[in-house]
Amino acid sequence: MLFNLSLRIKLPLLGAALILVTALALSTSFLYQTWEAVRRDTFKNLNDLGQTMSRALFPALLHDDIWRAYETVSLPFKDSESAQAESLIVLDAKRRVFASSHPEKHPVLSELASLGADFATLDRDIAAHPEDQILTVERDSATHLFIVIPIESDTIRLGSLIVSYDNAWIRQRFIEFIERAAWITLLILAVLLPINWYWGRRMVAPLQEVTDRLSQISGGEPPPLDPKLYPYNDEVGALYLAYGQLVEEMKEKIVLKREVVKHERMAAVGRLTASIAHEINNPLGGLLNAVSTLKRYGSADPLNQKTISLLERGLTQIKETVAALLVEAKITSRQLTPHDLEDVRVLVSPGAHAQNTRLLWKTALSAAVPLPSTPIRQLLINLTLNAIQAAGNDGQVEVNLHAGETELQIVVENDGEGLSPAVRERLFEPFAQVSEHGNGLGLWVCYQIVTQLDGSIRAESAGPLTRFVVTLPLSESSER
Amino acid sequence: MGLERLLRLCLAVWVLTASTIGMGAEWTRPIRVGMTPAFLHDQHAMLAEWKLYLQNELKRPVVFVQRDSYQETMDLIHKGKLDFAWLCDYPYIALGRLVKILAVASYRQQPIYHSYLIVPSSDTHTRSILDLKGKVFAYAAPQSNTGYVVPRYQLRKAGVDANTFFRKTFFTWSHSKAIRAVASGLAQGAAIDSYVWDSLQKVDPKLVAKTRIVWTSEPFGFPPIVADHAVSKADFQAFQNALFRMKDDPAGRALLDKLNLDGFVEGTPSLYKGVTDMMRELGDL
Repeated sequence: MLFNLSLRIKLPLLGAALILVTALALSTSFLYQTWEAVRRDTFKNLNDLGQTMSRALFPALLHDDIWRAYETVSLPFKDSESAQAESLIVLDAKRRVFASSHPEKHPVLSELASLGADFATLDRDIAAHPEDQILTVERDSATHLFIVIPIESDTIRLGSLIVSYDNAWIRQRFIEFIERAAWITLLILAVLLPINWYWGRRMVAPLQEVTDRLSQISGGEPPPLDPKLYPYNDEVGALYLAYGQLVEEMKEKIVLKREVVKHERMAAVGRLTASIAHEINNPLGGLLNAVSTLKRYGSADPLNQKTISLLERGLTQIKETVAALLVEAKITSRQLTPHDLEDVRVLVSPGAHAQNTRLLWKTALSAAVPLPSTPIRQLLINLTLNAIQAAGNDGQVEVNLHAGETELQIVVENDGEGLSPAVRERLFEPFAQVSEHGNGLGLWVCYQIVTQLDGSIRAESAGPLTRFVVTLPLSESSER
Repeated sequence: MGLERLLRLCLAVWVLTASTIGMGAEWTRPIRVGMTPAFLHDQHAMLAEWKLYLQNELKRPVVFVQRDSYQETMDLIHKGKLDFAWLCDYPYIALGRLVKILAVASYRQQPIYHSYLIVPSSDTHTRSILDLKGKVFAYAAPQSNTGYVVPRYQLRKAGVDANTFFRKTFFTWSHSKAIRAVASGLAQGAAIDSYVWDSLQKVDPKLVAKTRIVWTSEPFGFPPIVADHAVSKADFQAFQNALFRMKDDPAGRALLDKLNLDGFVEGTPSLYKGVTDMMRELGDL
């Protein structure tokens, strides 16, 4: 159940758990050390206090001066709140109370053993303990810890000083420490947990972006992912890069797929057109011959002559159309020369002039190139006339022809109205009717020529410009 | 003009030098006053004020020589190191001809005080010193009238040996400490100076409330301020006057209030006859 939670919750939870565990572990270790330190400090303080006092108490015992002993042991209790020990008791050599910081609890001359269970046990401990050594008594069952310090000088022991300490005080000091530590820990958690929560969200948000987009991929083109959303060089950054590449590749694939489909369709249309044209061409020759014979040797009846003439014009139109469909680029032809280009310019210029279109002719061909001149001339004429027509009045057409080492590139662009997507889809198909003029075979012819010459033709729309780019390979292949 | 100026300068130099020498001479002879636990001698701020007051009155430096036991102060008098001293009755009588009474404090309009027998306030059944048999008893000092002579005299009168009557006795070397010994429970009884107990009630009522007065003695002459026999008549007069005048002077009155006294009056040796008799009876004289 927990593992099904969103990372957005899981990461902060995990972080919080780690922080808590760390805080607990540190606190525990700190508290243990504090406990030890508090105990050590307490023991040391009591010991120091006792040792100092025992020296001052020696003359008091020696002179049997109860008052002096009392004044000495009651000194630490002047400010009752800050007392280190609970009480200080001076015993004489017979373990009777000589003086005590709290005489009411420990009356002068009373036997130590008579002061209560703890003291009775202590009395036995002192009796059993070596004379000249400090005795520390700490029992879990006892409410007090005792340090018994001999009051002696020059190996003569006159009595003992009992430093009594209430165990509860150590616990109380320790609890104060715990409270302080707890507050500090809570304070740190109050700072760390929101940071942790924020960090968790920050970690997960970019992953969420990727997930959202991946889930949409099946619907078609993958939605783009701005790499600026996550500009860092870590694993998530790598994921963003990989996603970007994936999107690019998928786009290319889609484009390629479309190209292939279009190409296949065009090829099918080409084959169909060619076979129909051939089928028509064969009888057409006979028909035209028959009409010609009729015209020459038939009756001179004007009606007949008129009908024959009508037939002849119709058949001729069919022949021209079929001839246009039957593009034959690979017919043997002389090589393309700079003169050919100049011829084309002369041919198309009047059209441009007629509608006041500027024609920029930028052809750079220094010598003949190994390409058949006739289809290239037709190609160039078709493209340029189309462009002039598209440019319209006061438009501009630019023709670029450039021969490289391995290929010839022709770029024809105009600044007329662009191509609509629907038009682009069926651009090179026969009778696609790009404009209201022409028969719709111009681009088809161009396409056939380029395809047969193993080149490529594509149309681009760049802002107000419509551009046709033709690339033709220059090699012995064109000589075949 | 020049001559006049020179004369003026000479005069100024002469005046300055004379006064400096005069002051220097006085500072070499301060009046030394011994202070003992006969009164609240551990109120140091009050003592410092009193010293300044006396210096102002006497136009001489005054030194208070404080000792915690009468014996030490008596030793200083024996050695001639004190001009005056505020003593308890016992040391005064013991010193005999070495000292003479300078003044006696007037306490509640009379130069007398008493001995109080006190027990812890938790002890409600003790009626007399005889009830304290086998207890721990605090004496003020071996040379104290109210804190040592009186209780021992009482026991003596009752036919009891003071040395064995109590289980344990000890000296606290001052009346206020004896009160503290009883208040804390260290001792189950003590005999003390009534003036100190009454005065302490104003200064530290909490402490005094932990004790209860069981018995009050007959009156005795208030601890006297004495002069060493060697003190000049002029110094004697000057110091006596300074003390007597205190009650007529606002600053002096304020100090007397702090001392919880009315003023200082003349005293006679006859005031101390009762104490002398007790000391004779106990064999201390």
